[in-house]
Amino acid sequence: MSTGEIAIRIKNVGHQFGEAGEARHVRALTDTSLDVVRGELLCLIGPSGCGKSTLLNVIGGLLAPTGGTVEVAGKPVRGPMPGDIAYVFQESALFPWNTVDENIRLGMRFQGVPKSEHAGRAEKSLEAVGLAEFADHYPGQLSGGMRQRAALARALALQTGILLMDEPFGALDEQTRMILGEDLSVLLARTEKTIVFVTHSLGEAVFLADRVAVFSARPGTVKKLIRVDEPHPRNPAFVTSEKFTALRNELYDLLHDEIRAAVASEAPRRRRGANGGAP
Amino acid sequence: MARRREAMQRLASRAVQIGFLLALSALWYAATNFWGVNHLLLPNPAAVFHELVEVLRTGQFLPDLRVTATEFVAALALATTSGMLVGFFVSRSRYWIAVFEPLFAGLYSIPIILLLPLYVLFFGLGPASKIALGTTISFFPIVLSTIAGFGNVERTLVTAARSMGASDYQLFRYVLVPAALPVILTGLRMGFTVALLSILGSETIASLAGLGHHIVQLAEDMEMARMFAYIAFVVAITVLLNGLVSHLEARGRRRG
Repeated sequence: MSTGEIAIRIKNVGHQFGEAGEARHVRALTDTSLDVVRGELLCLIGPSGCGKSTLLNVIGGLLAPTGGTVEVAGKPVRGPMPGDIAYVFQESALFPWNTVDENIRLGMRFQGVPKSEHAGRAEKSLEAVGLAEFADHYPGQLSGGMRQRAALARALALQTGILLMDEPFGALDEQTRMILGEDLSVLLARTEKTIVFVTHSLGEAVFLADRVAVFSARPGTVKKLIRVDEPHPRNPAFVTSEKFTALRNELYDLLHDEIRAAVASEAPRRRRGANGGAP
Repeated sequence: MARRREAMQRLASRAVQIGFLLALSALWYAATNFWGVNHLLLPNPAAVFHELVEVLRTGQFLPDLRVTATEFVAALALATTSGMLVGFFVSRSRYWIAVFEPLFAGLYSIPIILLLPLYVLFFGLGPASKIALGTTISFFPIVLSTIAGFGNVERTLVTAARSMGASDYQLFRYVLVPAALPVILTGLRMGFTVALLSILGSETIASLAGLGHHIVQLAEDMEMARMFAYIAFVVAITVLLNGLVSHLEARGRRRG
């Protein structure tokens, strides 16, 4: 994998919201450089507010960074690149007034796929996520897990080389999350997509990722990259292996300090001067 | 089981509603036939029915209906076009929403019917003043609902559409409109109701023709039975139109 070509090149990217001196001024991300190799699944993990979702939006062209550049397939990102990048959002971003099938077709219409291909691609992607029987259901008639599967199907139908996933299972319960994670691993082993996946869950990161980028507290940057050498599709038994536990513990140690730091940096803001001098 | 009980309950409430109307009619009948209520104040229902048949048979309502219908359609068309256009453009910016939404809401709360004398001075006693009043009154619910509809489209949906490459037109056609439609339809129904009310009302106050005008004329000529027949006719039309609009709204909601 280290010899593979670079799909996404992130160079010295930084981002701040608002201007310095303003109350809402936040330096979310600072001087972050990272190469995403073609075909790998890279997880971004870090404390809340460390800028991992910001980085994802920058890669996707949904947000112009205040510093640095991102290149996708050799081209600098200046806006959404629907031909190269598909998105799965945290909350289901399905259009509630369309059925699952209509949602998938609408995505292809936006992207500019010839109409003759819509039916075949929609069917294939629905089958891939196991929702073939629910094509004519509205999102409101599906469970949270099924909605995220449908959102994934919509992204898959776009047949992009890159898939960006922003805490796609974040709103789901632990068990649904586990099953979706296993299915995703099976699915991704087949599609050879490049995936950047933002998550809060240590287990999810180790289970899914080829590499995990651990972010420092705000302003965030990549503190360490951890490699997970385990072929896809990942076996459920991997979760109970010693390797998994060791990697998860390593992540936990790295993150623990950062989360402490993140909380500590929030605290003086709230009660500045209240008990000065306390450690 | 639950569905059957619901249907039974609906049937029962329908029966009570119809029973209430029947009781009211019976009371009316008794008051005029047995209790000696003056027929100039309250005509006999049989006489009213007779007049209604006469009015419908001769088609004498047509000229006035045409005037009122024209005023109503013109007012609603003007209010819908202007309200939706203004509402859409205001909804495009948070700043404009913050400026205009409270302004329109404030203006909507004043009794606009008080402008009628002014409008009669401006536009005369003919249909123009009725159209102006109907447009002014129904503009506000339509513009406010359009602002609310387009202003509160979920950000994620817009971002998702953009990330998939939606053009401005596609975003409007496939995301903004379906998202805003249910709210806008409610505003249109309200605009419909207040336009009809204000036009019929202003016809009874100052006008040269129209159904409201004719009803006042009949009252002044002491033709009470015929006046009641006309009122019944107008009520029937409005009930029909309201039913139609509610049906359209429900359909739009289901699709939207």
